[in-house]
Amino acid sequence: MDTFRLSPQGIDPAALQRTLADLRAGACVTFEGWVRNRNEGQPVQSLEYEAYAVLAEAEGARILAEARARFALLGAAAVHRVGHLALGELAVWVGVTAEHRGDAFDACRYIIDEAKARLPIWKKEHYVDGATAWINCATRGDHGGAGAMPPA
Amino acid sequence: MPTLDVHYFAILREQRGQSQEKLTTAAATPAALYEELRARHGFTLPGNRVRAAVNDAFVEAAAPLRDGDRIVFIPPVAGG
Repeated sequence: MDTFRLSPQGIDPAALQRTLADLRAGACVTFEGWVRNRNEGQPVQSLEYEAYAVLAEAEGARILAEARARFALLGAAAVHRVGHLALGELAVWVGVTAEHRGDAFDACRYIIDEAKARLPIWKKEHYVDGATAWINCATRGDHGGAGAMPPA
Repeated sequence: MPTLDVHYFAILREQRGQSQEKLTTAAATPAALYEELRARHGFTLPGNRVRAAVNDAFVEAAAPLRDGDRIVFIPPVAGG
């Protein structure tokens, strides 16, 4: 069963992986995206994810279907957090199963790469110095590769 | 002129100061509407970095707009 969903609550990777259990599968590859404490040299305190939920879930389902079409998969699932996340929290989880590892590795990579590029989800970083920035929304005159806002 | 339901997310929501509004416009396409709103609200992102979705599906910048459409402007995404 392919599923993509957004979650306002913490992600439980062990529970998600159990949903992929399949005796035909010889490989399970998972990816976890974690909230790290630095971005482009700036110390990060926390971050917020905001999603256009209806379109993000539709696009996420399309990405999983594309992975199914390109690779010999048995199962695929992905969850992306929304809301305010602390350092170390799990921001995104992708899991796939296949008979063999090659398809599982390739499909997992495909799903996370496409998810980052296509899902209408936005990330606002909160820095230790109190400033915030929407990532990838920089315009000329901003600093740090982000759409910068002064400290609140 | 069509009346549209416009929704904003992320940097556009903050720069607009609200997440949605109804408005009546002479703009016939998402690109034209974005330029109108950018001039009115001082959005920092240029139109070529913003995508549009109409009625919850991605559309081209030159797609037609119809009365009652729900339009969302999508700043550069950053999931993962």
